[in-house]
Amino acid sequence: MAEPMLELIGVTAGYGRSMVLFDVDLAVPNGGAAAVLGHNGAGKTTLLRVAVGLIPVRSGTVRLDGQDVTKMRPNRRVRKGLGYVPQGQLCFPQMTTLENLQLVSNVRSEIDGVLDTFPALTGLLSRPAGLLSGGQRQQLSIARTLLGQPRLLILDEPTEGIQPNVVAEIEQVIVDLTARGDLTVLLVEQHVGFALRSTDRYFTLESGRVTGTGEGGEHSLDAVRQAMAV
Amino acid sequence: MDLLTTPFLTGTANGAILLMAALGLTLTFGQMGVINMANGEFLMVGAYMAYLTQQVLGTSGLSILIALPVAFIIAGLLGLLLEVTVIQWMYERPLDTLLATVGVALVLQQLAQDIFGAQGDPVTAPSWLGGRLSVFGYEWPHRQLFTIVLALTALGALSALLKYSSFGRQIRATVQNRQLAETLGVSTRNVDRLTFFLGSGLAGLGGVAIALISGTNPTLGTAYIIPAFLVVVVGGVGQLKGTVIAAWVVGVATAFLTDRTSGSTAQVIIFALVVIFLVIRPQGLFTVRTRSLA
Repeated sequence: MAEPMLELIGVTAGYGRSMVLFDVDLAVPNGGAAAVLGHNGAGKTTLLRVAVGLIPVRSGTVRLDGQDVTKMRPNRRVRKGLGYVPQGQLCFPQMTTLENLQLVSNVRSEIDGVLDTFPALTGLLSRPAGLLSGGQRQQLSIARTLLGQPRLLILDEPTEGIQPNVVAEIEQVIVDLTARGDLTVLLVEQHVGFALRSTDRYFTLESGRVTGTGEGGEHSLDAVRQAMAV
Repeated sequence: MDLLTTPFLTGTANGAILLMAALGLTLTFGQMGVINMANGEFLMVGAYMAYLTQQVLGTSGLSILIALPVAFIIAGLLGLLLEVTVIQWMYERPLDTLLATVGVALVLQQLAQDIFGAQGDPVTAPSWLGGRLSVFGYEWPHRQLFTIVLALTALGALSALLKYSSFGRQIRATVQNRQLAETLGVSTRNVDRLTFFLGSGLAGLGGVAIALISGTNPTLGTAYIIPAFLVVVVGGVGQLKGTVIAAWVVGVATAFLTDRTSGSTAQVIIFALVVIFLVIRPQGLFTVRTRSLA
C-alpha cells in the first residue's frame, strides 16, 4: 500500500505551554483531496501549521511522503514537495505581483503557466501586491504556491472574506488540480459545502482532537453537519 | 554664502557616511529585529583596513581603491561571525541583542586599541583625492566628494541587488514577512547571515571614507552608531528611500547646528527634533502602502 502523502501520528502541539492539538492521528492519501472541518478554535489552523513546520510538535511525528519531517524547517519541507497557502490572503505588500511570483520561480514559462490558471493576475503584474483586492491577493497566494510545483498543497481557509464569483473560481481550480492526480490537497474551510465538493475525504476536529472522518462529496453534507452540530 | 555652503556640503558628506552605516542597520533591524550596536565598530574595522592597505601598498593612488573591497569583505566577515556566534541565539529578543552587541563593540574597541594603540593613525589621501573643488567660495575637499560618490554607488548597488536579484527578493520578502517567506522555500537563516554580511560590509566601506577624512581611531564608531540608528528610525525601518533622506537631513542639520552652536548642543537639538518627529509620525518617513494588514 502506498505511503500517505501526509501523516500525523500522535501529534500533540500548541503555543508555549497551551496545547491546542492532542494526540492527533491523520493520514492524507497520496493523490487525494481531504478537508479538515471544525468550529472556530477547534485547532484546524494549528494542525496545518504543524504540518508545514511553523509550530513545533510537543510529541508525535509528522511524515511527508513517508519521510519523517518532524524536526525539519518549513523551507526544507517546501523543497520536499509541500506547498502552503496560509489564511488571510498573505502576500509581500511592497513587492509587485510579479516579484511575489518570482520569489518562487523566475522561469517565465512557469509563471505563464500559473497565469493561465489565474488570468485575472495577468494585468496586475506590475502592481504592488499590497494594493490588490482580497480576492486578487488570494489568487496570487495560490498561484505563487503552485509555482513551486508542490506534490502536497495545503490551503487554510482559501475562501475566507472573498466575493462569491472568486470563490467559485478558486473552487474550480482546486477541483481541476485534484483531478490531475499528481497533487494531494489538504484543505481547512469554514464553508462545509465548498470543502466537501472540493475533496474526497474529510476529518472533523473538535477541541484539538480528530472526532470523525468520512468520504467527501455533497452527499456527506448532512452527516458532517450533524457531527458538527451546525 | 559660505555660511550656508560650508555646512551644507560637509553635512552632505557626513550624511553619506551615516547612510553607509545605516543601510545595513535598516536591513538587519527591519528583517531580524536586531539592534546591532557593534555596527559602529565595523566602520572602525573599515577605517583600519584602509590604514593597513596603505601600510602594505604605500600611499599610491591605488591603495584606497583596493582598501574598499578589502574593508567590505573583512567587515562583512566579522558581521557574519557576529551573527553566527551571538545574534542567531537572540532573535525575537531585541533588547538582548542590544546588550550583547554593546559588549561585542567594547571587545572590538579594546582589540583595536591593543593592536594599533589608543592614539589612532592617519590615512593619507592619494594625490587624486588631495585637491579641492571651489563651490560658491567654499573649497570643498575632494575626499568629501569621494565619500558622497562612494555612498551613492553603494546605495545604487544595494538597490539594484534588492530589486533585480533573486537574493534581493529573498531579503525583501524576509523583511516583510519572515514566516511567509520561509513557507515559500526561502531559507531565512541563510538570508539573515548574508544580510548581516552585506550590512557590515557596507559599514566597512563607510569606515574607509571616515579614515580619509579623519584618520583611524579605536573608538571612532561610537560617534556614528546613535546617529545611524536615528536615521533608521526616522527613515522608517526597512525603508531604503527613507534612510537616504533621513541620513542627508540628519547630516546637514547636524552640520548647520554645529556651525552655530557646538557639537554636543547640536546633538541634543537633533535628538529633541527626532523625538518630536516620532511623536507626530511614529512609523518614520516612509511606511508600507497596503489595502490590508497583509
